[in-house]
Amino acid sequence: MHVAIYLPLVIPLLAAVSATALADRLPPAAATWVLTVSALALALASSVVLGLLALSALIRLPVVASVGHLSRPAIMHGDAVSVPVAIVAGALLVAAVTAAGKAGWRRVRAIARAHRHASGLPGAGEVVVTEDADADAYTVPGWPCRIVITQGMLRALSAGEQGVLLAHERTHARNSHYLFTAVARLAAAANPLLRPVATEVGYVIERWADERAAAEAGDRALAARAIAHAALASAAAPPEREAAVTALGLIAQESGKPGPVPRRVAALLAPPPGLSLLLLAAAIALVAVSGASALEAARNLHQLIELAQGQSA
Amino acid sequence: MRDVAGQADDESTAPARRGAGELEAAVLEVLQHGGAPLSPGEVRERIGGDLAYTTVVTILSRLHAKGVLDRRKSGRAYYYMPVADEPGLAARRMARVLDEEQDREAVLARFVSALSESDEELLRKMLAEDG
Repeated sequence: MHVAIYLPLVIPLLAAVSATALADRLPPAAATWVLTVSALALALASSVVLGLLALSALIRLPVVASVGHLSRPAIMHGDAVSVPVAIVAGALLVAAVTAAGKAGWRRVRAIARAHRHASGLPGAGEVVVTEDADADAYTVPGWPCRIVITQGMLRALSAGEQGVLLAHERTHARNSHYLFTAVARLAAAANPLLRPVATEVGYVIERWADERAAAEAGDRALAARAIAHAALASAAAPPEREAAVTALGLIAQESGKPGPVPRRVAALLAPPPGLSLLLLAAAIALVAVSGASALEAARNLHQLIELAQGQSA
Repeated sequence: MRDVAGQADDESTAPARRGAGELEAAVLEVLQHGGAPLSPGEVRERIGGDLAYTTVVTILSRLHAKGVLDRRKSGRAYYYMPVADEPGLAARRMARVLDEEQDREAVLARFVSALSESDEELLRKMLAEDG
């Protein structure tokens, strides 16, 4: 096996460390697509490579060679993958497939439940305003998606800011943003190295909706204020949230890094990011190298097996 | 995912593998579609599977404590129903249960996520600077 086979296992690390830069420097809609597709492709490539590593050691076993009618001398002539490496690869693959399967199933059920929740919301309109004093607003995925906004949230915002909020949530609803999150999280479940990429996907869909709302309002500063005011109002009357979220907030605080909300506000107060072709090309190249290495490794193994079958016959 | 009409899926036969939040959501769903107040036994029947009676009672009392369910005593048993108030508020409470259940799944796209204390300070500064 050529050393290139290991590239798809290393590239997710590069993707993880460069995801934040990509999220900040590309227009958010482009960033969402690039990060989501990359996460999926890199997870697939790394899983394929794990499978190939395990398989190339497996065919060296006499019993497998005889069942597959493979000539052992021909097989042994191929590059060696050490048994420990193959065992680790096999174990990782099983873990990846199991984790992805579980995460996929959980996500499908969560979305299905949300869909039913969306259709059960009162009224027939897209937007539901609830008589709740706590400030909160969210989009529930469904066919169609529904937008829930509390009276408390409306009270916290000026008329212009309310428009931003509505345009923001409508962008989530119209572009089925929950599917991007679902795909990215699935990829991260299969390959935990991609978790930072999935986190950034969650961030860039918010940015996508922010920029769209800012464009509709024709005022980026107004959009920034809407987010800041909404966040402060929610913080003043926090909805019951799971302890984990609070814990994450605390971690963010301790590490001194601003959370996603100040990051979104800062992004809106800065000039909008232009399409950096260089960054885009770098991301595509990373994914292409990963995919090509996996395919090449698959082709090599396939050739070796065919050769061994030919010599055995 | 359970169909309220009674088609239980394989998961409902293995309550131990399901989170408490998920069970709460399932119970709430049964009650919201029930049309009338239900006793723990009736809830258990409609959920299907082999949930223990005590588990159902525990979930019902927990939801009652959270203010999601009303209950009234009839004979020796309590009968539970979703809190009868403004429908939007009931929806909101349901969303909270969904939230808790699937926090990590995060299917609801919130306008703003939770803030840490330093985030809050930072935002106030940004607003002040922005004027």
